[in-house]
Amino acid sequence: MRRALLISVPYFWLLVLFLVPFAMVFKISLSDSVLAIPPYAPTMKEGIWALLTQLDFENFTFLTTDDLYWKAYLSSVRIAAISTVLTLAVGYPVAYAMARAPEEWRATLMMLVILPFWTSFLIRVYAWIGILSTEGFLNQFLFGIGLISEPLTILNTPTAVYIGIVYTYVPFMILPIYAALERLDGSLIEAAEDLGCSRLQAFWLVTIPLSKNGIIAGCFLVFIPALGEFVIPSLLGGSSTLMIGKVLFEEFFSNRDWPVASAVAVILLLILIVPIILFQRNEQKQAEADQ
Amino acid sequence: MTKTLIATVAVAALTASAAFAEEVRVYNWSDYIDEDLLTQFEEETGIKLIYDVFDSNEVLETKMLTGGSGYDVVVPSGTFLQRQITAGAFQPLDKSKLSNAGNLWDVIEARTEQYDPGNTHSINYMWGTTGLGVNVGKVTEALGADAAMDSLALIFDPANMEKLAECGVHFLDAPAEVIPAALQFLGEDPDSHDPEVIAKAEAVVAGVRPYITKFHSSEYINALANGDICVAFGWSGDILQARDRAAEAENGVEIAYNAPTEGALMWFDQMAIPVDAPNPDAAHKFLNFIMDAENMAAASNYVYYANGNKASQEFLVEDVIGDTAIYPDEATLENLYTTTPYPQKVQRTVTRLWTKIKSGT
Repeated sequence: MRRALLISVPYFWLLVLFLVPFAMVFKISLSDSVLAIPPYAPTMKEGIWALLTQLDFENFTFLTTDDLYWKAYLSSVRIAAISTVLTLAVGYPVAYAMARAPEEWRATLMMLVILPFWTSFLIRVYAWIGILSTEGFLNQFLFGIGLISEPLTILNTPTAVYIGIVYTYVPFMILPIYAALERLDGSLIEAAEDLGCSRLQAFWLVTIPLSKNGIIAGCFLVFIPALGEFVIPSLLGGSSTLMIGKVLFEEFFSNRDWPVASAVAVILLLILIVPIILFQRNEQKQAEADQ
Repeated sequence: MTKTLIATVAVAALTASAAFAEEVRVYNWSDYIDEDLLTQFEEETGIKLIYDVFDSNEVLETKMLTGGSGYDVVVPSGTFLQRQITAGAFQPLDKSKLSNAGNLWDVIEARTEQYDPGNTHSINYMWGTTGLGVNVGKVTEALGADAAMDSLALIFDPANMEKLAECGVHFLDAPAEVIPAALQFLGEDPDSHDPEVIAKAEAVVAGVRPYITKFHSSEYINALANGDICVAFGWSGDILQARDRAAEAENGVEIAYNAPTEGALMWFDQMAIPVDAPNPDAAHKFLNFIMDAENMAAASNYVYYANGNKASQEFLVEDVIGDTAIYPDEATLENLYTTTPYPQKVQRTVTRLWTKIKSGT
């Protein structure tokens, strides 16, 4: 009995926080847009029968008629993937240095990674506007040391979006990799070196494979939110940066078409679910291997 | 004894909460009122005023159509108001509670009837035009002394825009403002709902797209005032605010607002009470307070927008009432046009076209 109760907790969690909201969005995606409160029909008020008979998939077929949607999905996947690689390139060395630092420093270093979270995310993204703009700190600095003679245009370009995403999500990359590296037994590397590996080979053949799970976890923690990112591209990116988050916003606010907006969201979720399932399976395998 | 004590405490608690029970929540555009008026309202009526701001009609509309916004007074623009009235988002005003109704200006009321027949659901707060903000010095430098700074050709003729691109041009990020202007420039009906006619506007905007620095609906105020850009297609009062900020900064930047000679879009921001307003009674008190001649004049004197209150005009400073950019003369007034809301299908076409213009996809 107690065991059943214990097992039911995560399922209850999944039901309340994932399945129920998803069912609501999915239901709206099958309805029609009308001018009323709320702006779609049929609603729950009209009874289950009306609900079941009037739903259809036309909003999903509509998404296939305009190339805007798949271009936006594709562009989002590309931006999220490039950002993830960049974040890994920045995050891994940091995590590695933290794990190699003397024991008494690690808590402080960890604190430094987490510290930016004490400031609002929005304010930190706004700060980048001040840094990257034509009259901003970065240009003034580069101008001051004589590296450039014309100000660089970074703000409102894809570069600014990458900088924003990497900056925002790098802690999510550092923490799981650090956790993996910290557990790594130093004698394994000594053994590798004793057996003739150079330091670089030991890193490549021992350290990287043993931190693989940290890398995978970090990549998903960055890729998934970056895919649906709306705030960073709208503040730092120009109007030519096409991302699905923006398209979703336009459907919802400019077109007032909740059903199509919901259909876009459902597809986005499906794109995300595949990597999440892969991630879960990997975790499971890891747990089994540990036993 | 204990019972009496509890009863006394309970009564005291009830009275205390009653003192704060009366509150009114107002949702208005950002930078759109003299904030002294807010404290004055609280002092005069004893009603606690919670004042929030928004910066786009779309955000307000989504809140209205979701329902349960918790606001007592909101300020949508004409076309948005009309659609939301159809959706049943607003309650009819109780004119018996609006003793200042006689102050309203019939000229404006006649025009707002287009959106709100009989003006039964709303009162006009402010109105203005959409036009050209120019940095006189920089535009003269780029185009020569005889450049027509009051013509839509300034922003829609690629030959002009090519030269202006270097000093920067901002457009409102609002298709419902830009497309009518482009149609007016072509000599078409600016209020056309025909997708084929609207497509002609797309060609005009797409033709100058490479020279547009940014589409944004509020950044141009500072950008103009600082001299970062030389032309903005924006709202009259915002550009006049930029003019004054530049003058205060004494940075040598001279900004002017010109309503295009081809004709300018005239818009109206209307105060209305949501159908599910928690305190409609206090909402009426707030409307009546705003409709007071001196209060309305104070707001206009502060934000540089004209209002729909005839009686307030004697309290307006010369800078406002005497400025034809704010209160246009008869001839200009004739030259202003209004638009009506796009039907759902056309709205989708317009949004799609706007995305295409901006992102190239």
